[in-house]
Amino acid sequence: MTPETMPEVLLKAENLLVRRGGVTVLDIPALDVLSGQVLALIGPNGAGKSTLLLTLAGLLKPARGSLLFRGEKIGNGGFDYRRRIAMVFQEPLLFDATVFDNVAAGLKIRGIGRAEIGRTVPEYLERFGVGHLAKRSARKLSGGEAQRTSLARAFVTKPEIVFLDEPFSSLDPPTRDALIGDLEQILRETHTTAVASTHDQMEALRLADRLAVMNGGKIAQIGPVAEVMNRPADKFVASFVGVETVLPGRVLSVSDGVFVAAVEGGEIQAVGHVRTGEGVLCCIRPEHVTLSTNAPPLGTSARNVFSGIIRTITPLGLFHRVRVDCGFDLVAYVTRQSLEELLLQEGKSVTASFKATAVHVIRRGALPPG
Amino acid sequence: MKRELQRVLGAALVVAAFLTVMALPTCAAAPAQKNLILATTTSTQDSGLLDVLIPAFEKKTGYFVKTIAVGSGQAMAMGRKGEADVLLVHSPDAEKKFVAEGSGVNRLIVMHNDFIVVGPAADPAAIKGAKSTVEAFKKIAAAGSLFLSRGDNSGTHSKEKGIWKAAGINPEGQKWYQETGLGMGQTLNVAAEKKGYTLADRGTWLSLQQKLGLPILKEGDPILLNVYHVIPVNPVKWPKVNADGAKAFSDFMVSAETQRIIKTFGVEKYGGALFFPDAGKKEDDLGK
Amino acid sequence: MDLILEGILKAFYLIFTLDKEVLGITLLSLKVSGTATLISLFIGISVGTAVALARFPGRQLVVSLINTGMGLPPVVVGLFVTIFLWRNGPLGFLEILYTPTAIILAQAVIATPIVTGITLASIQHLPANLRLQILALGATRVQMVWLLVKEARLPLLAAVMAGFGGIISEVGASIMVGGNIRGYSRVLTTATVMETGRGNFDVAIALSVILMLLAFLVNAILTQIQQRERPR
Repeated sequence: MTPETMPEVLLKAENLLVRRGGVTVLDIPALDVLSGQVLALIGPNGAGKSTLLLTLAGLLKPARGSLLFRGEKIGNGGFDYRRRIAMVFQEPLLFDATVFDNVAAGLKIRGIGRAEIGRTVPEYLERFGVGHLAKRSARKLSGGEAQRTSLARAFVTKPEIVFLDEPFSSLDPPTRDALIGDLEQILRETHTTAVASTHDQMEALRLADRLAVMNGGKIAQIGPVAEVMNRPADKFVASFVGVETVLPGRVLSVSDGVFVAAVEGGEIQAVGHVRTGEGVLCCIRPEHVTLSTNAPPLGTSARNVFSGIIRTITPLGLFHRVRVDCGFDLVAYVTRQSLEELLLQEGKSVTASFKATAVHVIRRGALPPG
Repeated sequence: MKRELQRVLGAALVVAAFLTVMALPTCAAAPAQKNLILATTTSTQDSGLLDVLIPAFEKKTGYFVKTIAVGSGQAMAMGRKGEADVLLVHSPDAEKKFVAEGSGVNRLIVMHNDFIVVGPAADPAAIKGAKSTVEAFKKIAAAGSLFLSRGDNSGTHSKEKGIWKAAGINPEGQKWYQETGLGMGQTLNVAAEKKGYTLADRGTWLSLQQKLGLPILKEGDPILLNVYHVIPVNPVKWPKVNADGAKAFSDFMVSAETQRIIKTFGVEKYGGALFFPDAGKKEDDLGK
Repeated sequence: MDLILEGILKAFYLIFTLDKEVLGITLLSLKVSGTATLISLFIGISVGTAVALARFPGRQLVVSLINTGMGLPPVVVGLFVTIFLWRNGPLGFLEILYTPTAIILAQAVIATPIVTGITLASIQHLPANLRLQILALGATRVQMVWLLVKEARLPLLAAVMAGFGGIISEVGASIMVGGNIRGYSRVLTTATVMETGRGNFDVAIALSVILMLLAFLVNAILTQIQQRERPR
């Protein structure tokens, strides 16, 4: 990216420290929210995602640290800043009024007249799929309808940043799916900057441009989605972003950027800047593992080919998670179609393969002997 | 949060204060002298006499009288604290003490009515033929017949206590002696309900008589005289009292016109006067 | 039984002939208790909301005090207000003892903790994040408080009814601070006590019937509003 196309830093957080009951719950030395991008926060419960969102939205005062919005420090108790952002929570938190009145709430708060409200609100009701519910009381909405209303309410004020705290967690999968799709489209169309926290990896992948993995109040890793997903910085991030196979090993030999690592039960070829004798963690995403019933598989550039026995097959939505024992555990994702075509079942022998470049290496330093 | 708390509280108090000021009566704008606090007894108020006299006084003088009807005891307590301007009570012994201690000045006799002893028609203690009220009370005690006392330090109660004292009897704590702590009308009703004896002022009894079924069993005894005095509270002791108003009221109560009203009060309704005007007379001369 | 019937008949007679004295007493009752309710609403809703939303040292104590105040015996309030308003008392210079204003004051003191306590509970009962959501919508602190109160309007209506109901039927404090002065500070409850004391039971019952009709009417109107908004 050239400097001209580099997105500007819309919101900059520095030295954020939040304590609760004497315990540090958030400790962020630096965080940038880039304009026009979606930053997804993922992490286990209690990692501090909600706390970070509230702090970034100016709703929670940190014990220490500052926020700069468009280069200016946020002052005046954050009120002016709050008028330029919006937040959606896990619960819709609608008012006891009609859908129309709910969506208009932010506008009314800003003193916008009835005429203009009448022009603006219907458009957003339509866009978020609740146009036909305008006169319905908020008490009588389904979970999905309510959350759509909450989203419309947030977007109608044309916020410069939208903060979303696990907005789809309490919805059932089909509803969630539809909503994520709609939100994704709207975010893209309006180039709205957003910071969203989620439990669901898939959600993060669909919505986010950048991903931040949080743990214990700190950011373990932040960067473009692909980078974080495929090159986790440490074991925790790796396990959290869904890297299913993490194999500790020791570098046996290095040649031209390709090295061989000895892991328990076998040897793996991978790519990386390592030294012989170094301890490494080999991370292999299940999407990168191919299963075949031919041994060896024909015409493949994969340097890692192992035969093994299928130990477990677990259905996982649209595909299946297959665990193969190749001397070490290797996890692969297989479509239902492939499962049926290859007649895969527990106990069957298969060949599992993956490319050397699919192995993400985390350097560990010298491993203890043994 | 603290600032918000303060601001909201402040706003609320301002509004509340505004409302309270709006609620203040226009009377408060008028000079304090206009208000005259008259402490009197419930039986006086219940007789209805004040409903005639007070408006007449107000019309004549322009004062606004606040009639606070409580027991004689409380009326004098109020006077002692300077919380009333003038008293109209009927408890001579306590009144004399009240003046002697300097709480009241210019005690003037106004009128009297009398007490009667009423009881069940069957008259179980056979007091009807008794020679005196003291005698009658002795008989009630001897027979252990139910006696209802107001027990509220009112003028009636004081009179009743005086009679027991004269009879050399201490009725308190005895099973047949019950203290209601209520006003005269209510006590009469209780006595009627329970078929007991009681001491009542004629006025209240007359107004309830038809519904009561509690005949007069002893009357006319000098000891049963109930004398009313008007006593201004001592302005030297309590400078805040409305001394002029108190004097005006005193003068009014003993004026010829008022005395005439007192004389004719109730005659039409009950067939007989309830009160007997006594202005200018000496207390000891009454009933003779 | 016929005494009650007599009383009911007398009540209707007094109402239909628009008996001047009874009318005056009734209007005064409405004015006094209505004003006191309004005052208690202003203080109660503000303080209740503020305490519900704020965090400060000693908050627990304040909440306990409010809850204790809800059960404050009216007679005790009457006694203390009287002592304060006495000529020689700290507020004697106001000269409002034995006036309707004093009754309004005493009744406001009785009703305010009730309204405060119910408001406090209602606001605390709102979803925890609602306050943050409202702030995120760009509301000023004042707007936020207003919107929260609006969200809690149904239980707050109950607070109004509780407050009004408590004081329209109050008698002890009203007698003590008001003096039950004819045509001036005599309200339905104090008049009822007086007539009972005099033995005029039919009048007393009539006044009670009117009092209950009044209380019923006000509550019927408020209940109508409340139930109309009831979540289904």
